[in-house]
Amino acid sequence: MILPLIIFSLCALLTVGGAVALILSREPIHSALALILVMVSLAVLYLLLGAPFVAAVQIIVYAGAVMVLFVFVIMLLNMGVEEQTDFSKIAKFVGVPLGLVLIVWIAHWMFHAQAGSAMGTGATMVPSSTRELSTQLFRQYLFPFEATSILILIALLGALVMARKEE
Amino acid sequence: MGFISQHPVLVASIVKAAVLLFIVMTALAYLTWAERKIIAHIQSRWGPYFVGAHGLLQPLADGLKFLFKEDITPPVTDRLVYTLAPFLALSLSLTAIALIPFGPPSVLLPLVGQQAWSVTDLNIGLLLVFAITSMGVYGVALAGWSSNSKYPLMGGLRSSAQMISYEVSLTMSVVGVVLVAGTLSFNEIIQRQSGAFWHWNIFGLQHGAVPQIIGFLCYFTAAIAETNRVPFDLPEAETELVAGFHTEYSSFKFAMFFMAEYANMITVSCLATILFFGGWLSPFPSSWTWQIFLPGAGLVLLGIYCAYDTLTEMRGIARLQLAVVTLLALGGGLLCLIPAVAGVIQGPFWFTTKVLLILFFYIWMRGTLPRFRYDQLMSFGWKLLLPVSLANLVVTAFVMIWPWLRHG
Repeated sequence: MILPLIIFSLCALLTVGGAVALILSREPIHSALALILVMVSLAVLYLLLGAPFVAAVQIIVYAGAVMVLFVFVIMLLNMGVEEQTDFSKIAKFVGVPLGLVLIVWIAHWMFHAQAGSAMGTGATMVPSSTRELSTQLFRQYLFPFEATSILILIALLGALVMARKEE
Repeated sequence: MGFISQHPVLVASIVKAAVLLFIVMTALAYLTWAERKIIAHIQSRWGPYFVGAHGLLQPLADGLKFLFKEDITPPVTDRLVYTLAPFLALSLSLTAIALIPFGPPSVLLPLVGQQAWSVTDLNIGLLLVFAITSMGVYGVALAGWSSNSKYPLMGGLRSSAQMISYEVSLTMSVVGVVLVAGTLSFNEIIQRQSGAFWHWNIFGLQHGAVPQIIGFLCYFTAAIAETNRVPFDLPEAETELVAGFHTEYSSFKFAMFFMAEYANMITVSCLATILFFGGWLSPFPSSWTWQIFLPGAGLVLLGIYCAYDTLTEMRGIARLQLAVVTLLALGGGLLCLIPAVAGVIQGPFWFTTKVLLILFFYIWMRGTLPRFRYDQLMSFGWKLLLPVSLANLVVTAFVMIWPWLRHG
C-alpha cells in the first residue's frame, strides 16, 4: 500500500530537515524545537518499522523529558541569538571531505546490500512486543541493564556534587 | 463503495476521528458551561442564565466572541514560536483522546467491520497516551517564553518545573495498575476488571488483584497538577502572574489554550476511569439483566425534569429552547429503551457517566480549595507524592509475587 511510503517520506524529510534546521538556526530555542521535531519523526519511523514500544519510549524519554529540560534551561537563562563564527579551517579541509566520504560509503553500502536481507534478519531478532522486550531485558540482558542504571545513577550523583560544590 | 471495501481501516479511522473531534469539541464547550454553573452554585450564585435557557447557549456565544475578537500579536514576540504554541497545546491534547476506548471492542461498525467505540485499539495505548501528554508541557512553556514578557515567562517556567515534577508521580502511580493487569492495552486493562464494581482496580477485590486506592489518590493529585488546575494552577495564578503563560494571547489563540486545558481534563478523567474504575464496564454484576434499561431510563428522567422546568420556570424564548432539550432527552431516552439499541450503548453510557462524575469532582475541587504556594507545591510533589506512589508500586509488586515467593 502507498500510505506507509507517504508517511515514511514525510517523516524522513522532517527528520533531515529538522536536523539541518537544528544546526543552522541561530536562536537556541529554535534549535531545541528542531531537535524535538527530529525526535518525534524518528518515533514515527520506529512505529512504521513495527516497534511501537520503542517509538513510545522515544517520545516519552527524549521529546517528553530530555528536551523539556533543554527548553527549561534555555528559558531560564533567557539566551539570546547565538554568535556565529566563520567556517573553521579544520571543518573546511577535514570535516567536509570526511563527511562526504561517509555519506558516499553509506549510500554505497545501502545500494549493494541485498534487498530485504538486512530487514529480514532484523525483524526476527529484535523483539517487538513489550512483553518479549521486557523478558529479554530482565533475563538475557539483566547485567548490562543494571550496570547501565548504576552508571546513570553515578552520573546523577556526580552532577549533584558538582552543582553543590560552591556552598 | 469500492473505496470503502478496499480501505476499511482508513475510511473507518477518518470517519471515527472526525466524529470524535466533533463530540469532544462540543463536550469541551459544555464543560466550560458546567464549570461555570457548578462553581456558581457552590458560591450561591446563578452562573450563566440569560443566553439560552439556563445559559445553555453561552458556550456558543463565547466561541463566537473569541472568533470575532482582534488577534493581537505583540511586536516583540518570537513570531514562529508564539503562533506554534497554542496549536501544539490543542493538537496534542486532542490527539491523546483518540486513543481512548469508549466502549467494548465487540461492538462493530456496520459496513466496514471496525470497532465502533474506539478510534484505535493499540496494545501500548497507555504508554502512547503518556507519550503524548508528556509533550503537552511544550505548549505552555513555549507560550510563556515566546511572549517575551515577565509574567508569561514566570508562568512558563513554573509550568515546566511543575509538569516535570508531577509527571514522575503520575506515571509511578499508574504502574501499579499495569502490574495488576499485566498489559498496556486499554481494552485488556478494562476487561481484567470485569465482574462488578468491587472488581475495579480501585477496590481490587478479586483473585490476583491489589487494591489501588492509594494509586488512584496519587494519580488524581498528580493529574490535577499536570493539567494546571486549582489547587495547582500556579502557571496561571491570576493573583500573582496576571494570567500566567497566556497573558499576551488574545482572540482565538487564547481560546485554543482554553480548549486545550479542558481537553486535558477530559483525557485524565478518561484515563482515571479506564485505569481505576473499570472503563466502559457496568458497576453491577452481569446477571442483573434489567440494567441495560438504565441509560434510557436516565434520559427519560432527565427529559421529565426538563419538561417540568419548561412548564413552570421558563418564559418566552427560553421556554422554546428548553422544550427542544426536553424533546431530545425524551426521544433519545425512549430510543435507548429499545433492547437492541440499549445493548449497543451500554459501554459508552457507563464510560461517560464515570467520566462526568470525575469531572464534577475536578470542578468541585476548584470551588473548594485555595491555591498552593510554589515551594509547597514542589515539596509536596517530591517529598510526599512521589514516595507514596513509589511505596504503592513496591507494595503492589510484593503482593503480586507473594504466592510465587512462598511456593518457590
